[in-house]
Amino acid sequence: MRIVLENCSLYTGEKKDLYIDNGVFVEAFDKASADKTYDLTGKTVFPGLVDMHCHLREPGFEYRETILTGTMSAAKGGITSVCPMPNTKPVCDNAAVVNSILRKAEEAGYCRVYPIGACSKGLEGKELAEMGLMKEAGIVAVSDDGKPIKNAELLRKVLEYSSDFNIPVLDHCEVQCIAEGAMNESVTSSCIGIKGIPTAAEDIMISRDIIMSEYLNIPIHLCHVSTKGGVRMIREAKARGVKVTAETCPHYFTLTDESCENYDTNFKMNPPLRSPEDLAAVIEGLKDGTLDCIVTDHAPHHQDEKELEFSLANNGIVGFETSFALTYTYLVKPGHITLEKLVDLMCKNPSNILSLGRGGMEIGDDADIAVFDLENEFVFDKNKMLTKGKNTPYDGYKLYGETYLTIMGGNVTYEKLC
Amino acid sequence: MGLKSKDLLGLKQLTADEIMEILETAKMMKMVLKGDNKKTSHLQGKSVVTLFYENSTRTRLSFELASKYMGSASANITTSGSSVAKGESLLDTARTIDSMGTDIIIMRHNQSGAPHFLAPRINASIVNAGDGMNEHPTQALLDMFTIYEKYGTLEGKKIAICGDCYHSRVVRSDAIGMTKLGAEVKIYGPKTMMPMGIEKLGCTVADSVADAVKDADAVMGLRVQLERQTKSLFPSVAEYSKYYAITPEMLALAKEGAILMHPGPCNHGVELPTAVYDCDQSVINEQVTNGVAVRMAVLYLLIARRYNL
Repeated sequence: MRIVLENCSLYTGEKKDLYIDNGVFVEAFDKASADKTYDLTGKTVFPGLVDMHCHLREPGFEYRETILTGTMSAAKGGITSVCPMPNTKPVCDNAAVVNSILRKAEEAGYCRVYPIGACSKGLEGKELAEMGLMKEAGIVAVSDDGKPIKNAELLRKVLEYSSDFNIPVLDHCEVQCIAEGAMNESVTSSCIGIKGIPTAAEDIMISRDIIMSEYLNIPIHLCHVSTKGGVRMIREAKARGVKVTAETCPHYFTLTDESCENYDTNFKMNPPLRSPEDLAAVIEGLKDGTLDCIVTDHAPHHQDEKELEFSLANNGIVGFETSFALTYTYLVKPGHITLEKLVDLMCKNPSNILSLGRGGMEIGDDADIAVFDLENEFVFDKNKMLTKGKNTPYDGYKLYGETYLTIMGGNVTYEKLC
Repeated sequence: MGLKSKDLLGLKQLTADEIMEILETAKMMKMVLKGDNKKTSHLQGKSVVTLFYENSTRTRLSFELASKYMGSASANITTSGSSVAKGESLLDTARTIDSMGTDIIIMRHNQSGAPHFLAPRINASIVNAGDGMNEHPTQALLDMFTIYEKYGTLEGKKIAICGDCYHSRVVRSDAIGMTKLGAEVKIYGPKTMMPMGIEKLGCTVADSVADAVKDADAVMGLRVQLERQTKSLFPSVAEYSKYYAITPEMLALAKEGAILMHPGPCNHGVELPTAVYDCDQSVINEQVTNGVAVRMAVLYLLIARRYNL
């Protein structure tokens, strides 16, 4: 397949035509020989985005999402590489499950899928999972996401053992014994009578992880950071040379816990939405490089798991189809970050942390690109999402940055129908 | 004037005028209740169902009697004897009741926000009879009615509420409602039982039982909710009753003639010594009577709104 992209404005400001042949960027060829030609006047071209933290739900929870629907949804969000977490059923804690995920992803063909394996067998926090064999099968990291690694002794073993195989460790930071609530502990939680999850629950675990990483001199990556204290500790740790990296999600820089006051479960996730001060600290952390990545934590749920009493509903929101537009609208447009920084946060940094080799747009690089309309406002409509999960708090939001075209490995994976 | 909403979800949703209308209506209802013939036709031809996911003596019975005194068809559902025990969801259960021509569903649920979740999804009016740790609006209305009856106003009255404020839906509704009517509400309890930022509801947090009770016009003890205690919030009943109970000495710090209240059920010897429960200032049994009157008022006003009466 030969594709020509005419009149490209790259996110860097550079203007040129791009030529794709056999899945990679190539030198200019005769346009008449192209199978497809796109005129991208008025749009902006980015490298395909990398989402290093999501949940595709397959195997085991196909009623929430499948690898096919999840990667189609990601493609609609301009994402060309995704890293699904291992909390499937069975848990992705062995090479057989990794192989099955990769086979399904290949069949689907909408994204590069880089599975994350479990740290511990069955995510039980007891015995190490077979990381070496899983790495051979294709995992790019290990995590017990959804569950923290409670036991510091096990965390030490995970860091040490994974480092023998150069497998990054991603930790969900939360001390669960003080986090038995359903939203951020705050004036709002007090007023509406919902048990709160204190920021201290996240901060204590972040501090432990930093201390362990520093002590062992082994890298650690901290998942979905949502607190002011967490950002501060990571900033301090980085300043003294600790090999810590961290991510956050669009909901932590666009929403606060006051949104929970009507018990709408589309605002329920873990970590929970925090205070305006936490939100400001997350933005500051993204600006100054304390936080390295923006991930979606895409977590589709069935209506029956969300349309419930607040404390009984599942945690999580879908995110593939809003992450770019939210980041562009809330961070780039107000001037917090540049487009280059956005590409670092949503593509290059996650690719580097997991050694995926993504984000290149030079001759010979894999042709993974995302094209967005940065000029025109659009109204986000949850009923038009491709994900099976409809659990989004952003329905009806007016945003900039609608996806126009996504290409992964030279194949068109999403194209906006005009 | 009437009520603005089809539902009574909490004091958060009521204006001062609406609260006063309920209290004024309750005055009339109390006359019916105290009369020889406890039968009115306010709810004749209407249907009221109580749906209780938690145990209750006085709230459920007083709603049931209130609706029967006013002539409605009424029925009761509890979790153990219904399809809830077979795993039917709250929404399906409520839709089932809704589909039988029910005008008002009175519900108690252990989850905060459960009535708020149902209200927009069904036709019947929802009356919140207590949701988790959030609100218990008719308890607060009967508390306010009791103070209103005694003093003729809540404006400028000092109310002390002591006990487990963290788990208490009563304190939340009381603080919101009483301050809307101009009362000064001071609350106190162990810090382990005090929700952060609760002052947002309009109350102030006292430094001690003595500080809360001093010069109060009404003193209320809250039940230590032993059934909601999942962890140790205080070391022992002996210590709780020593430092946090409303003892006769503490009650003496209140204004002369101040009333003593408790939403019940009471743990005797924990939050209140029996001597205080039974003292002359105690209006605890009067509160129960007022509960029926206030609930009659609420049911009538909701029906009046539904049928433009």
